[in-house]
Amino acid sequence: MGILSLMLAIPAVAAIACLFAGDRNARLIALAATLADFALGCVLWAQFDIGGAQWQFVERADLFGRFQWALGIDGMALMLIMLSVFLMPLCILASWDAIKSRVGLYMAMFLIMEVVMIGVFMAQDLLLFYIFFEAGLIPMYFIIGIWGGANRKYAAFKFFLYTLLGSVLMLIAMIAMIAEAGTTDIPTLLNYDFPVEMQTWLWLAFFASLAVKMPMWPVHTWLPDAHVQAPTAGSMILAGVLLKLGAYGFIRFMMPMFPDASAQLMWIVFALSMIAVVYTSLVALAQNDMKKLIAYSSVAHMAIVTAGLFAFNQQGIEGALIIMLSHGVVSAALFFCVGVIYDRLHTREIDRYGGLAVNMPAYALFFMLFTMASIGLPGTSGFVGEFLSLAGIYEASSWVAFVCTTGIILGAAYMLYLYRRVVFGELTKDDVKAMPDLNPREWAIMAPLAAVALWMGVYPESFLAPMRGDVTTVVARLAPAKPAGDAQLAAGRPKPAGDAHGSAHHAGGVQ
Amino acid sequence: MSADLALIWPELILTIGGLITLLLGTFAGDRQVGLYQLAAMLTLGAAAVAVVALFGVEASVFSGTLAVDGFGGFAKLLIYAASFVCILIAPRFFTGGMRAEYPVLILFAALGMGIMASARDLMTLYIGLELNSLAAYVLASFMRTDERSSEAGLKYFVLGALASGMLLYGISLIYGFSGTTDFAAIAVRMGGEMNIGLVFGIVFMLAGLGFKISAVPFHMWTPDVYEGAPTPVTTFFASAPKVAAMALMTRVVVDAMGPAIGAWQQIVIFLALASIILGAVGAIGQKNIKRLLAYSSINNVGFILIGLAAGTQAGVEAVLTYLLVYVVTTIGSFLVVLQLRDAAGNQVESIPALAGLSQRRPGLAAALSVFLLSLAGIPPLFGFWPKYLVFEAAVNANLVPLAVAGIVASVIGAFYYIAVIKTMYFDDASDVEVAGGGNAVEGAIVTASALWLSVVGYLFIPVLAVASASAAAVLF
Repeated sequence: MGILSLMLAIPAVAAIACLFAGDRNARLIALAATLADFALGCVLWAQFDIGGAQWQFVERADLFGRFQWALGIDGMALMLIMLSVFLMPLCILASWDAIKSRVGLYMAMFLIMEVVMIGVFMAQDLLLFYIFFEAGLIPMYFIIGIWGGANRKYAAFKFFLYTLLGSVLMLIAMIAMIAEAGTTDIPTLLNYDFPVEMQTWLWLAFFASLAVKMPMWPVHTWLPDAHVQAPTAGSMILAGVLLKLGAYGFIRFMMPMFPDASAQLMWIVFALSMIAVVYTSLVALAQNDMKKLIAYSSVAHMAIVTAGLFAFNQQGIEGALIIMLSHGVVSAALFFCVGVIYDRLHTREIDRYGGLAVNMPAYALFFMLFTMASIGLPGTSGFVGEFLSLAGIYEASSWVAFVCTTGIILGAAYMLYLYRRVVFGELTKDDVKAMPDLNPREWAIMAPLAAVALWMGVYPESFLAPMRGDVTTVVARLAPAKPAGDAQLAAGRPKPAGDAHGSAHHAGGVQ
Repeated sequence: MSADLALIWPELILTIGGLITLLLGTFAGDRQVGLYQLAAMLTLGAAAVAVVALFGVEASVFSGTLAVDGFGGFAKLLIYAASFVCILIAPRFFTGGMRAEYPVLILFAALGMGIMASARDLMTLYIGLELNSLAAYVLASFMRTDERSSEAGLKYFVLGALASGMLLYGISLIYGFSGTTDFAAIAVRMGGEMNIGLVFGIVFMLAGLGFKISAVPFHMWTPDVYEGAPTPVTTFFASAPKVAAMALMTRVVVDAMGPAIGAWQQIVIFLALASIILGAVGAIGQKNIKRLLAYSSINNVGFILIGLAAGTQAGVEAVLTYLLVYVVTTIGSFLVVLQLRDAAGNQVESIPALAGLSQRRPGLAAALSVFLLSLAGIPPLFGFWPKYLVFEAAVNANLVPLAVAGIVASVIGAFYYIAVIKTMYFDDASDVEVAGGGNAVEGAIVTASALWLSVVGYLFIPVLAVASASAAAVLF
């Protein structure tokens, strides 16, 4: 059994054990299993040969006849797997005290979630990918529906049916692809040239599915509901990893497999992304529920990811990938920040708080850091991704870059506004005064998240290096179909002063 | 003649075994449950062994009226297995009211279904179908003192007779316009110029068969009969006859009407889509778990028909695989329903009463969730695989719009399945204390089928592929 299968097997076995264990043991088993997977993930990262073969740790077993148990990872998958295994133990810790009923089932669902998530990133077979991709619906349905908030049943239904409706069309497209190419092997399919006519249909079917998972405007409406109702750890994993599945599908399947259709239809992606950035940011500004605010901000961030990916150039795609990782860490952290005060006061209404800086200084500090990372302050992870992707987008289309940049400004507005209302101001309410600062368990969750957010901001090369080769491969695959951008850059050679576009050029030409 | 007899051992065993069981019941009395139950189960086991022993034989017997081949063998094994389970679970349900007629009727129904699956002549087709139907009508009204059961039997009989009439009319038209009742000879005639008489014959035959598989718009009897019939009988109706009728329909459209694919394909497509959509929509408001499962069976028949609509060997393979997985799922879910009893020992059939089942009986709730999600075809449960196969067959037969419509409608179906799971897991416990509990055998069957339908089933894909391919190859 290879290391990848082992990483899938450990949480799967632990999930079964959790079902039969008592509350206390279930917590311990889940924590041990997720930590073991994290350790294996670190081994994976350490042994990953940067610049080596595109697909590493490949495993193949002809178990199913019609399709294979084929696993393997490239740099992008590696980083997303790292994100998943890093967040999982933190999620288990975050629900340590908050979840009191049916702990065994809860932990089992989270562990199954982990199997499914890393399975999606590892799958090297189209059908295996689809099975993992869809399987995530079931545990998340239970997590939202059993341990969620007051309106949890509605949210669970909406989540399940919305995402199911999206993904079934992808299955039909996959069947057509398998019939056309005669294989389910993803590396082979990545280099198969589908007829241009067919590409358009396949692209649209994949888009229908992935846009819902992303989620893109206007099919994002399940996300605020799911986030608001899900328990803290559920929101963390939903925002941290599940939202990345859509973008992963874009870069793994749609762009390299259907390059011509991607080029033809990129305007759809750009248009929806631009609307999403501005619209959802404005919606976030008007929210009174903390989780809803962060959920809408996720949609806005994901829109920059899609725009960055469809810039079709190295910076845009690398930037989008970094935003995915950064958002995975930062949004999970923000949801945890909400969870911390929700556990104390049992409300997510922003107006019920205020002045937390006085009695919860450590909390205020961490919250500040993650707020800044979400805004994209230089030195935090958010900056690297947003800068790179906007630079890439500018190269493709200056108008899209212009609109997307307003998202950063609006992002600063709603996040700072949120922070001011929750943390600053007068500490007047008695119940808020009584809230204690972070306990050691919460420290243990905040500290790693903060460390990674800073690490990614200060030295992003650690994260970019494994992915660079894969991005180059995708860019090369897209190159023949790539439309000319309107920026007309001469990289690194600024025109004489006085040129109207001078300053913007400079930004686009860096890196 | 005697050479022919050697090839129909399964049917002979069932006939003789059925008669012996009947005698046992008559002379030993209804109290000797164990005795006639054992006799019936032994008969089915022996018949299954005979089917296995005949694997690889491909012949037609009695002047070409009955086929002995892999396709029929596959279907018969499924039918016998489902009948076996239905006899096994009955005594506990009928506590005290068990009579020897029950296993006897099931045996004769199984005999009729075996003939349906092997018929290659319009006359044997009708004999098999009626043998099965007559036994089924009696089974539906088996609890004589229960109003719902009598109502179910009567309803089933009246509508069934109507359907038989339509079928016979279709048969007479086809015979009249082709001059033969032999499938192969009919196929030759269908290959020539079509005329309106043949088309009408096809329509009426498919309408009659559509009733037996409860495809929309011939499905009206299904929810009422499923609800009214005693639960072991409902289990039986939902499993074995579906296999037999689907196998029969497949053989008729592929073997007898194969060349006229243009004439029947659109009918099958309509039946498929209508069944999927109505089966899904109709289930939404249901409060009775048996009615819900009835609509679910209508819905699933729609998916099976998508495989048939493809009209290719891959399509028939998908149909057979689907039937196998469907039978396992159906038997599993009805076994769970059978175990739901309140404190007084009465059956619990109302869905709202299942609220909180996940805490009272976590094992049952988990098993039922697996079955329901598998019926909905959500991966990683194994119910996904046959759905994938039928859609693949449809796409490869250039029926992409059908596949798209079917798969989108399947999302509607997912709604009511997850609604039941919602009741069991999310809702606060109801006041009905579901005590229940079955014996070890039932528990073992439920556990085994739930495990198989979770990810374990995927390991059986290679075996299933070989079995269904060799069975389907017979027809092409």
